[in-house]
Amino acid sequence: MSDLKRTPLYDLHVSLGAKMVPFAGYEMPVQYKLGVMKEHLHCRTAAGLFDVSHMGQVILRADDPEAAKVALERLIPQDVLGLGEGRQRYGFFTNDDGGIEDDLMFANRGDHLFVVVNAACKEADVARMRAAMEPGVTVKLLENRALLALQGPKAEAVLAEHHPSVAEMRFMDVATVPLAGAECWVSRSGYTGEDGYEISVPVAAATELAQALLAHEEVEAIGLGARDSLRLEAGLCLYGHDIDSTTSPVEGGLTWAIQKSRRRGGAREGGFPGAARILEELTDGAARRRVGLQPEGRAPMREGTKLFASETSDTPVGIVTSGGFGPSVNAPVAMGYVETALSDTGTALFGEVRGKRLPVTVASLPFVAAGFKR
Amino acid sequence: MKFTEEHEWLRVEGDEVVVGITAHAAEQLGDVVFIELPDEGTTVSKDDEIVVIESVKAASDILAPLDGEITEVNEALVEEPSKVNEDPEGEAWFFKMKIEDMSALDDMMDEAAYKKYIG
Repeated sequence: MSDLKRTPLYDLHVSLGAKMVPFAGYEMPVQYKLGVMKEHLHCRTAAGLFDVSHMGQVILRADDPEAAKVALERLIPQDVLGLGEGRQRYGFFTNDDGGIEDDLMFANRGDHLFVVVNAACKEADVARMRAAMEPGVTVKLLENRALLALQGPKAEAVLAEHHPSVAEMRFMDVATVPLAGAECWVSRSGYTGEDGYEISVPVAAATELAQALLAHEEVEAIGLGARDSLRLEAGLCLYGHDIDSTTSPVEGGLTWAIQKSRRRGGAREGGFPGAARILEELTDGAARRRVGLQPEGRAPMREGTKLFASETSDTPVGIVTSGGFGPSVNAPVAMGYVETALSDTGTALFGEVRGKRLPVTVASLPFVAAGFKR
Repeated sequence: MKFTEEHEWLRVEGDEVVVGITAHAAEQLGDVVFIELPDEGTTVSKDDEIVVIESVKAASDILAPLDGEITEVNEALVEEPSKVNEDPEGEAWFFKMKIEDMSALDDMMDEAAYKKYIG
Protein backbone atom coordinates (compact mmCIF):
# COMPACT_ATOMS: atom_id res chain seq x y z
CA MET A 1 0.00 0.00 0.00
CA SER A 2 3.06 2.21 -0.50
CA ASP A 3 1.52 4.69 -2.93
CA LEU A 4 -1.41 5.30 -0.60
CA LYS A 5 -1.62 8.38 1.57
CA ARG A 6 -2.05 8.24 5.31
CA THR A 7 -4.08 10.50 7.55
CA PRO A 8 -2.47 12.14 10.61
CA LEU A 9 -4.16 9.46 12.75
CA TYR A 10 -2.59 6.49 10.95
CA ASP A 11 -0.36 5.47 13.85
CA LEU A 12 -3.28 5.72 16.26
CA HIS A 13 -5.38 3.44 14.06
CA VAL A 14 -2.63 0.85 13.94
CA SER A 15 -2.11 1.03 17.71
CA LEU A 16 -5.85 0.47 18.19
CA GLY A 17 -5.67 -2.73 16.14
CA ALA A 18 -7.45 -1.38 13.08
CA LYS A 19 -7.62 -3.35 9.88
CA MET A 20 -6.36 -0.89 7.26
CA VAL A 21 -7.65 -0.94 3.70
CA PRO A 22 -7.17 1.26 0.64
CA PHE A 23 -10.01 3.77 0.25
CA ALA A 24 -10.06 6.79 -2.08
CA GLY A 25 -6.27 6.82 -2.24
CA TYR A 26 -5.76 6.53 1.53
CA GLU A 27 -5.00 3.75 3.95
CA MET A 28 -8.08 3.86 6.13
CA PRO A 29 -9.39 1.78 9.06
CA VAL A 30 -12.29 -0.41 7.84
CA GLN A 31 -12.81 -1.79 11.34
CA TYR A 32 -11.19 -2.01 14.74
CA LYS A 33 -11.20 -4.88 17.22
CA LEU A 34 -14.94 -4.63 17.96
CA GLY A 35 -15.84 -5.41 14.35
CA VAL A 36 -18.37 -3.75 12.07
CA MET A 37 -21.53 -4.96 13.79
CA LYS A 38 -20.59 -3.94 17.34
CA GLU A 39 -19.06 -0.66 16.17
CA HIS A 40 -22.30 0.20 14.38
CA LEU A 41 -24.47 -0.62 17.39
CA HIS A 42 -22.14 1.23 19.75
CA CYS A 43 -22.43 4.40 17.67
CA ARG A 44 -26.23 4.19 17.74
CA THR A 45 -26.38 3.73 21.52
CA ALA A 46 -23.35 5.65 22.83
CA ALA A 47 -20.75 7.47 20.74
CA GLY A 48 -18.32 6.66 17.97
CA LEU A 49 -15.19 8.45 16.78
CA PHE A 50 -14.43 8.42 13.06
CA ASP A 51 -11.33 9.60 11.24
CA VAL A 52 -12.54 11.32 8.08
CA SER A 53 -9.33 13.24 7.43
CA HIS A 54 -9.20 11.85 3.90
CA MET A 55 -12.02 14.22 2.96
CA GLY A 56 -11.16 17.53 1.36
CA GLN A 57 -11.35 20.62 3.56
CA VAL A 58 -11.41 23.76 1.45
CA ILE A 59 -11.48 27.46 2.29
CA LEU A 60 -13.01 30.00 -0.10
CA ARG A 61 -11.85 33.46 0.85
CA ALA A 62 -12.10 36.91 -0.72
CA ASP A 63 -11.81 40.51 0.40
CA ASP A 64 -15.53 40.69 -0.25
CA PRO A 65 -17.02 37.49 1.24
CA GLU A 66 -20.09 37.95 -0.97
CA ALA A 67 -17.91 37.37 -4.05
CA ALA A 68 -17.08 33.82 -2.91
CA LYS A 69 -20.75 33.11 -2.23
CA VAL A 70 -21.82 34.39 -5.63
CA ALA A 71 -19.15 32.25 -7.27
CA LEU A 72 -20.13 29.10 -5.36
CA GLU A 73 -23.76 29.62 -6.40
CA ARG A 74 -22.60 29.29 -10.02
CA LEU A 75 -21.55 25.69 -9.26
CA ILE A 76 -24.29 24.38 -6.98
CA PRO A 77 -28.10 24.70 -6.90
CA GLN A 78 -28.09 25.74 -3.24
CA ASP A 79 -28.77 29.08 -1.57
CA VAL A 80 -25.29 30.20 -0.47
CA LEU A 81 -25.99 33.94 -0.19
CA GLY A 82 -28.88 33.30 2.20
CA LEU A 83 -26.91 31.04 4.53
CA GLY A 84 -26.45 32.77 7.86
CA GLU A 85 -23.10 33.15 9.58
CA GLY A 86 -22.35 30.12 11.74
CA ARG A 87 -24.57 27.83 9.67
CA GLN A 88 -23.86 24.94 7.32
CA ARG A 89 -25.74 23.42 4.40
CA TYR A 90 -25.64 20.24 2.34
CA GLY A 91 -25.17 20.71 -1.38
CA PHE A 92 -23.85 19.19 -4.59
CA PHE A 93 -21.85 20.23 -7.62
CA THR A 94 -23.89 19.65 -10.77
CA ASN A 95 -22.77 19.18 -14.38
CA ASP A 96 -24.21 20.49 -17.64
CA ASP A 97 -26.37 17.37 -18.00
CA GLY A 98 -27.89 17.93 -14.58
CA GLY A 99 -25.93 15.08 -13.01
CA ILE A 100 -24.07 15.30 -9.70
CA GLU A 101 -20.27 15.67 -9.76
CA ASP A 102 -19.87 15.46 -5.97
CA ASP A 103 -21.78 16.27 -2.82
CA LEU A 104 -20.48 18.63 -0.15
CA MET A 105 -21.08 20.54 3.05
CA PHE A 106 -20.51 24.29 2.99
CA ALA A 107 -20.45 26.59 5.98
CA ASN A 108 -20.59 30.35 6.37
CA ARG A 109 -17.76 31.12 8.77
CA GLY A 110 -18.08 34.88 8.58
CA ASP A 111 -15.21 36.16 6.47
CA HIS A 112 -14.90 32.89 4.51
CA LEU A 113 -16.72 29.77 3.36
CA PHE A 114 -15.57 26.36 4.62
CA VAL A 115 -16.34 23.49 2.28
CA VAL A 116 -15.94 19.75 2.90
CA VAL A 117 -15.90 17.46 -0.15
CA ASN A 118 -15.38 13.75 -0.79
CA ALA A 119 -11.82 12.41 -0.80
CA ALA A 120 -12.02 10.86 -4.26
CA CYS A 121 -13.28 14.10 -5.81
CA LYS A 122 -11.30 16.73 -3.92
CA GLU A 123 -8.74 17.63 -6.59
CA ALA A 124 -11.47 17.90 -9.24
CA ASP A 125 -13.65 19.93 -6.89
CA VAL A 126 -10.86 22.36 -6.12
CA ALA A 127 -10.16 22.79 -9.84
CA ARG A 128 -13.87 23.32 -10.46
CA MET A 129 -14.08 25.98 -7.76
CA ARG A 130 -10.90 27.74 -8.88
CA ALA A 131 -12.23 27.93 -12.44
CA ALA A 132 -15.48 29.50 -11.23
CA MET A 133 -13.98 32.09 -8.92
CA GLU A 134 -13.37 35.70 -9.83
CA PRO A 135 -9.83 37.03 -9.50
CA GLY A 136 -9.35 37.88 -5.86
CA VAL A 137 -11.19 34.84 -4.53
CA THR A 138 -8.80 32.17 -3.28
CA VAL A 139 -9.59 28.47 -3.09
CA LYS A 140 -7.32 26.65 -0.67
CA LEU A 141 -7.29 22.90 -0.06
CA LEU A 142 -6.12 22.56 3.53
CA GLU A 143 -3.38 20.00 4.14
CA ASN A 144 -2.72 21.06 7.72
CA ARG A 145 -5.98 19.92 9.31
CA ALA A 146 -7.45 16.55 10.19
CA LEU A 147 -11.20 15.88 10.33
CA LEU A 148 -12.80 13.83 13.09
CA ALA A 149 -16.45 12.92 13.55
CA LEU A 150 -17.92 12.20 16.96
CA GLN A 151 -21.35 10.68 16.45
CA GLY A 152 -24.05 9.17 18.59
CA PRO A 153 -26.49 10.00 21.39
CA LYS A 154 -23.64 10.49 23.89
CA ALA A 155 -21.60 12.75 21.59
CA GLU A 156 -22.91 15.96 23.12
CA ALA A 157 -22.19 14.92 26.71
CA VAL A 158 -18.69 13.77 25.77
CA LEU A 159 -17.65 16.80 23.74
CA ALA A 160 -19.24 19.23 26.22
CA GLU A 161 -16.77 17.96 28.83
CA HIS A 162 -14.03 19.37 26.62
CA HIS A 163 -15.85 22.61 25.91
CA PRO A 164 -19.36 23.35 27.20
CA SER A 165 -20.29 25.63 24.28
CA VAL A 166 -20.83 22.67 21.94
CA ALA A 167 -23.98 21.69 23.86
CA GLU A 168 -25.59 24.95 22.74
CA MET A 169 -25.06 24.22 19.05
CA ARG A 170 -28.03 23.10 16.95
CA PHE A 171 -28.01 20.73 13.97
CA MET A 172 -25.93 22.32 11.17
CA ASP A 173 -24.46 25.06 13.36
CA VAL A 174 -20.74 25.71 12.99
CA ALA A 175 -18.44 27.32 15.54
CA THR A 176 -14.81 27.80 16.44
CA VAL A 177 -14.07 25.88 19.64
CA PRO A 178 -10.77 25.36 21.47
CA LEU A 179 -10.18 21.61 21.87
CA ALA A 180 -6.93 19.86 22.84
CA GLY A 181 -5.39 23.30 23.07
CA ALA A 182 -6.03 24.02 19.40
CA GLU A 183 -8.47 26.08 17.37
CA CYS A 184 -11.03 23.60 16.09
CA TRP A 185 -13.87 24.22 13.66
CA VAL A 186 -16.83 22.27 14.88
CA SER A 187 -20.10 21.58 13.07
CA ARG A 188 -23.09 19.81 14.56
CA SER A 189 -23.58 17.35 11.73
CA GLY A 190 -22.44 13.99 10.49
CA TYR A 191 -23.05 11.00 8.27
CA THR A 192 -24.67 8.48 10.59
CA GLY A 193 -28.19 9.81 11.19
CA GLU A 194 -27.22 10.37 14.82
CA ASP A 195 -26.64 13.59 16.66
CA GLY A 196 -22.97 14.47 16.67
CA TYR A 197 -20.17 16.71 15.54
CA GLU A 198 -17.56 16.97 12.85
CA ILE A 199 -14.35 18.54 14.11
CA SER A 200 -11.69 20.08 11.90
CA VAL A 201 -8.53 20.05 14.00
CA PRO A 202 -4.96 21.16 13.23
CA VAL A 203 -2.78 18.15 12.39
CA ALA A 204 -0.49 18.85 15.34
CA ALA A 205 -3.37 18.39 17.80
CA ALA A 206 -5.32 15.68 15.98
CA THR A 207 -3.97 12.60 17.73
CA GLU A 208 -4.18 14.22 21.15
CA LEU A 209 -7.81 15.19 20.56
CA ALA A 210 -8.70 11.73 19.24
CA GLN A 211 -7.07 10.08 22.25
CA ALA A 212 -8.82 12.45 24.65
CA LEU A 213 -12.19 11.58 23.11
CA LEU A 214 -11.44 7.85 23.04
CA ALA A 215 -10.55 8.03 26.73
CA HIS A 216 -14.26 8.44 27.48
CA GLU A 217 -15.88 5.15 28.34
CA GLU A 218 -18.78 5.97 25.99
CA VAL A 219 -16.55 6.43 22.93
CA GLU A 220 -15.26 3.71 20.62
CA ALA A 221 -13.29 4.10 17.41
CA ILE A 222 -15.48 3.28 14.40
CA GLY A 223 -14.19 2.21 10.99
CA LEU A 224 -15.41 2.71 7.45
CA GLY A 225 -17.38 -0.54 7.51
CA ALA A 226 -19.76 0.69 10.19
CA ARG A 227 -19.71 4.19 8.71
CA ASP A 228 -21.23 2.68 5.57
CA SER A 229 -23.94 0.67 7.35
CA LEU A 230 -24.77 3.66 9.60
CA ARG A 231 -25.24 6.04 6.67
CA LEU A 232 -27.19 3.43 4.69
CA GLU A 233 -29.67 2.95 7.55
CA ALA A 234 -29.87 6.75 7.77
CA GLY A 235 -30.79 6.90 4.06
CA LEU A 236 -27.76 9.06 3.23
CA CYS A 237 -26.18 8.89 -0.22
CA LEU A 238 -22.67 7.63 -0.86
CA TYR A 239 -21.22 9.57 -3.78
CA GLY A 240 -20.19 7.34 -6.69
CA HIS A 241 -22.78 4.76 -5.69
CA ASP A 242 -26.19 6.28 -4.85
CA ILE A 243 -25.56 9.50 -6.74
CA ASP A 244 -23.07 10.18 -9.52
CA SER A 245 -22.51 12.22 -12.67
CA THR A 246 -25.47 10.48 -14.37
CA THR A 247 -28.06 10.95 -11.59
CA SER A 248 -29.90 14.23 -11.23
CA PRO A 249 -30.81 15.69 -7.82
CA VAL A 250 -34.50 15.03 -8.52
CA GLU A 251 -33.83 11.39 -9.41
CA GLY A 252 -31.65 11.18 -6.31
CA GLY A 253 -34.44 12.40 -4.03
CA LEU A 254 -32.40 15.44 -3.01
CA THR A 255 -34.88 18.16 -3.90
CA TRP A 256 -35.08 19.10 -0.19
CA ALA A 257 -31.54 20.44 -0.60
CA ILE A 258 -32.49 22.89 -3.37
CA GLN A 259 -33.79 26.04 -1.74
CA LYS A 260 -36.63 28.16 -3.17
CA SER A 261 -34.33 31.01 -4.16
CA ARG A 262 -32.68 28.81 -6.81
CA ARG A 263 -35.89 27.29 -8.18
CA ARG A 264 -38.29 28.64 -10.83
CA GLY A 265 -39.63 31.95 -9.65
CA GLY A 266 -36.90 32.29 -7.03
CA ALA A 267 -34.78 35.41 -6.55
CA ARG A 268 -31.75 33.72 -8.13
CA GLU A 269 -33.44 31.08 -10.26
CA GLY A 270 -31.08 28.70 -12.07
CA GLY A 271 -27.59 29.87 -12.89
CA PHE A 272 -25.91 26.55 -12.01
CA PRO A 273 -24.76 23.76 -14.36
CA GLY A 274 -27.62 21.64 -15.65
CA ALA A 275 -30.24 24.12 -14.43
CA ALA A 276 -32.48 23.55 -17.45
CA ARG A 277 -32.96 19.87 -16.70
CA ILE A 278 -33.01 20.20 -12.92
CA LEU A 279 -35.57 23.02 -12.87
CA GLU A 280 -37.77 21.12 -15.31
CA GLU A 281 -37.59 17.95 -13.21
CA LEU A 282 -38.39 19.92 -10.06
CA THR A 283 -41.70 20.82 -11.73
CA ASP A 284 -42.45 17.72 -13.78
CA GLY A 285 -40.64 14.96 -11.90
CA ALA A 286 -38.04 12.52 -13.21
CA ALA A 287 -38.34 9.12 -14.87
CA ARG A 288 -36.67 7.27 -12.00
CA ARG A 289 -36.20 7.87 -8.33
CA ARG A 290 -33.95 6.78 -5.49
CA VAL A 291 -35.88 4.81 -2.89
CA GLY A 292 -35.30 2.72 0.21
CA LEU A 293 -35.57 -1.01 -0.32
CA GLN A 294 -36.43 -3.52 2.38
CA PRO A 295 -35.67 -7.12 1.36
CA GLU A 296 -38.21 -9.51 2.84
CA GLY A 297 -35.86 -12.36 3.70
CA ARG A 298 -32.49 -12.39 5.42
CA ALA A 299 -30.39 -12.28 2.24
CA PRO A 300 -28.70 -8.91 1.71
CA MET A 301 -29.26 -7.29 -1.70
CA ARG A 302 -25.93 -5.73 -2.58
CA GLU A 303 -25.00 -2.94 -4.97
CA GLY A 304 -25.77 -4.00 -8.54
CA THR A 305 -28.72 -6.26 -7.68
CA LYS A 306 -31.28 -5.89 -10.49
CA LEU A 307 -34.87 -5.14 -9.54
CA PHE A 308 -37.92 -6.53 -11.35
CA ALA A 309 -41.65 -5.83 -11.18
CA SER A 310 -42.52 -9.53 -11.08
CA GLU A 311 -40.94 -12.94 -10.61
CA THR A 312 -40.94 -13.60 -14.34
CA SER A 313 -40.56 -10.24 -16.11
CA ASP A 314 -37.54 -9.92 -18.42
CA THR A 315 -36.77 -6.23 -18.16
CA PRO A 316 -35.37 -4.76 -14.95
CA VAL A 317 -37.24 -1.78 -13.49
CA GLY A 318 -34.39 -0.66 -11.28
CA ILE A 319 -31.10 -1.42 -9.58
CA VAL A 320 -29.68 -1.46 -6.05
CA THR A 321 -26.98 1.17 -5.53
CA SER A 322 -26.16 0.42 -1.86
CA GLY A 323 -27.13 -2.64 0.07
CA GLY A 324 -26.10 -4.73 2.98
CA PHE A 325 -27.06 -5.70 6.47
CA GLY A 326 -28.45 -3.05 8.81
CA PRO A 327 -27.31 -3.94 12.32
CA SER A 328 -29.82 -1.60 14.03
CA VAL A 329 -32.68 -2.73 11.80
CA ASN A 330 -31.40 -6.29 12.32
CA ALA A 331 -32.29 -7.08 8.73
CA PRO A 332 -30.92 -6.41 5.27
CA VAL A 333 -31.46 -2.88 3.98
CA ALA A 334 -30.77 -1.28 0.62
CA MET A 335 -31.39 1.72 -1.55
CA GLY A 336 -31.52 2.06 -5.29
CA TYR A 337 -33.26 3.51 -8.30
CA VAL A 338 -36.65 2.42 -9.64
CA GLU A 339 -39.00 3.74 -12.31
CA THR A 340 -41.00 6.56 -10.76
CA ALA A 341 -44.29 4.69 -11.30
CA LEU A 342 -42.93 1.98 -8.97
CA SER A 343 -41.40 4.28 -6.36
CA ASP A 344 -44.31 4.54 -3.90
CA THR A 345 -43.60 3.18 -0.44
CA GLY A 346 -44.96 -0.34 -0.15
CA THR A 347 -44.53 -1.24 -3.82
CA ALA A 348 -43.67 -4.95 -4.06
CA LEU A 349 -40.68 -5.74 -6.26
CA PHE A 350 -38.19 -8.55 -6.73
CA GLY A 351 -34.42 -8.43 -6.51
CA GLU A 352 -32.39 -11.00 -8.40
CA VAL A 353 -29.85 -12.55 -6.03
CA ARG A 354 -27.75 -15.46 -7.29
CA GLY A 355 -30.29 -16.16 -10.04
CA LYS A 356 -33.30 -16.13 -7.70
CA ARG A 357 -36.01 -13.47 -7.59
CA LEU A 358 -36.43 -12.52 -3.94
CA PRO A 359 -39.20 -10.22 -2.69
CA VAL A 360 -38.25 -6.67 -1.70
CA THR A 361 -40.51 -3.74 -0.79
CA VAL A 362 -40.02 -0.05 -1.51
CA ALA A 363 -39.48 1.52 1.92
CA SER A 364 -39.40 5.08 3.16
CA LEU A 365 -36.02 6.47 4.19
CA PRO A 366 -34.44 6.60 6.67
CA PHE A 367 -34.60 3.06 8.05
CA VAL A 368 -33.61 4.40 11.46
CA ALA A 369 -35.08 7.66 12.78
CA ALA A 370 -32.61 10.54 12.82
CA GLY A 371 -31.37 11.74 16.21
CA PHE A 372 -30.47 15.28 15.15
CA LYS A 373 -30.75 18.11 17.67
CA ARG A 374 -32.75 20.65 15.68
CA MET B 1 -9.03 -32.28 11.70
CA LYS B 2 -8.09 -31.69 8.08
CA PHE B 3 -8.03 -28.35 6.30
CA THR B 4 -8.51 -27.12 2.73
CA GLU B 5 -6.90 -24.20 0.96
CA GLU B 6 -10.40 -22.66 0.89
CA HIS B 7 -10.22 -22.41 4.71
CA GLU B 8 -12.64 -25.19 5.50
CA TRP B 9 -12.07 -27.73 8.25
CA LEU B 10 -13.18 -31.37 7.98
CA ARG B 11 -13.68 -33.69 10.91
CA VAL B 12 -14.34 -37.42 10.41
CA GLU B 13 -17.34 -38.80 12.30
CA GLY B 14 -17.86 -42.46 11.52
CA ASP B 15 -18.37 -42.74 7.77
CA GLU B 16 -19.16 -39.04 7.41
CA VAL B 17 -17.22 -35.81 7.51
CA VAL B 18 -18.40 -32.66 9.27
CA VAL B 19 -17.45 -29.45 7.47
CA GLY B 20 -17.09 -25.87 8.70
CA ILE B 21 -14.90 -22.83 8.16
CA THR B 22 -11.79 -22.06 10.15
CA ALA B 23 -11.49 -19.41 12.83
CA HIS B 24 -9.09 -17.60 10.50
CA ALA B 25 -11.72 -17.55 7.73
CA ALA B 26 -14.44 -16.37 10.13
CA GLU B 27 -12.20 -13.57 11.33
CA GLN B 28 -11.47 -12.49 7.75
CA LEU B 29 -15.16 -12.55 6.81
CA GLY B 30 -16.23 -10.40 9.74
CA ASP B 31 -19.69 -10.55 11.29
CA VAL B 32 -21.72 -13.18 9.43
CA VAL B 33 -25.33 -12.10 8.82
CA PHE B 34 -26.78 -14.61 6.35
CA ILE B 35 -26.28 -18.27 5.49
CA GLU B 36 -27.91 -20.38 2.81
CA LEU B 37 -27.39 -24.12 3.14
CA PRO B 38 -27.85 -26.88 0.54
CA ASP B 39 -30.69 -29.40 0.75
CA GLU B 40 -29.99 -32.61 2.59
CA GLY B 41 -29.53 -35.43 0.10
CA THR B 42 -27.87 -33.22 -2.53
CA THR B 43 -25.13 -34.92 -4.49
CA VAL B 44 -22.16 -32.59 -4.88
CA SER B 45 -18.89 -32.52 -6.76
CA LYS B 46 -15.66 -31.07 -5.42
CA ASP B 47 -15.61 -27.25 -5.75
CA ASP B 48 -19.39 -26.90 -6.26
CA GLU B 49 -20.60 -23.72 -4.55
CA ILE B 50 -22.90 -25.23 -1.96
CA VAL B 51 -23.14 -22.69 0.87
CA VAL B 52 -23.69 -18.95 0.58
CA ILE B 53 -22.26 -16.99 3.45
CA GLU B 54 -22.73 -13.24 3.73
CA SER B 55 -20.97 -11.04 6.23
CA VAL B 56 -21.42 -7.34 6.89
CA LYS B 57 -18.69 -6.85 4.31
CA ALA B 58 -19.41 -9.20 1.40
CA ALA B 59 -20.93 -12.38 0.03
CA SER B 60 -18.83 -15.49 -0.42
CA ASP B 61 -19.30 -19.19 -1.08
CA ILE B 62 -18.23 -22.36 0.57
CA LEU B 63 -17.18 -25.00 -1.92
CA ALA B 64 -17.75 -28.72 -1.61
CA PRO B 65 -14.38 -30.01 -0.37
CA LEU B 66 -14.82 -33.41 -2.05
CA ASP B 67 -17.28 -35.44 -4.13
CA GLY B 68 -20.13 -36.87 -2.09
CA GLU B 69 -23.63 -36.45 -0.71
CA ILE B 70 -24.90 -33.92 1.83
CA THR B 71 -26.44 -35.91 4.70
CA GLU B 72 -27.24 -33.18 7.22
CA VAL B 73 -27.11 -29.38 7.43
CA ASN B 74 -26.89 -27.17 10.52
CA GLU B 75 -30.20 -25.29 10.33
CA ALA B 76 -29.39 -23.45 13.56
CA LEU B 77 -26.91 -21.33 11.60
CA VAL B 78 -29.67 -19.96 9.38
CA GLU B 79 -31.41 -18.59 12.47
CA GLU B 80 -28.22 -17.45 14.15
CA PRO B 81 -25.49 -16.73 11.59
CA SER B 82 -23.40 -15.03 14.29
CA LYS B 83 -22.53 -18.50 15.66
CA VAL B 84 -20.00 -18.67 12.83
CA ASN B 85 -18.04 -15.87 14.49
CA GLU B 86 -18.56 -17.17 18.01
CA ASP B 87 -17.60 -20.82 17.56
CA PRO B 88 -16.45 -21.46 13.98
CA GLU B 89 -14.61 -24.69 14.65
CA GLY B 90 -17.18 -26.17 17.05
CA GLU B 91 -20.89 -25.44 17.18
CA ALA B 92 -20.96 -23.65 13.83
CA TRP B 93 -20.44 -26.62 11.54
CA PHE B 94 -22.18 -26.15 8.17
CA PHE B 95 -22.96 -29.61 6.85
CA LYS B 96 -22.14 -33.28 7.08
CA MET B 97 -21.42 -35.31 3.98
CA LYS B 98 -20.72 -38.85 2.92
CA ILE B 99 -17.69 -38.76 0.72
CA GLU B 100 -16.99 -41.25 -2.00
CA ASP B 101 -13.29 -41.65 -1.36
CA MET B 102 -12.20 -41.26 2.25
CA SER B 103 -8.57 -41.62 1.25
CA ALA B 104 -8.81 -38.18 -0.39
CA LEU B 105 -8.60 -36.76 3.13
CA ASP B 106 -5.03 -38.02 3.38
CA ASP B 107 -3.90 -35.40 0.86
CA MET B 108 -5.33 -32.53 2.86
CA MET B 109 -3.46 -30.29 5.27
CA ASP B 110 -3.30 -31.16 8.94
CA GLU B 111 -3.49 -28.42 11.56
CA ALA B 112 0.24 -27.69 11.51
CA ALA B 113 0.29 -27.43 7.72
CA TYR B 114 -2.77 -25.16 7.73
CA LYS B 115 -1.23 -22.87 10.31
CA LYS B 116 1.80 -22.57 8.10
CA TYR B 117 -0.45 -21.97 5.07
CA ILE B 118 -2.17 -19.00 6.65
CA GLY B 119 1.16 -17.69 7.93
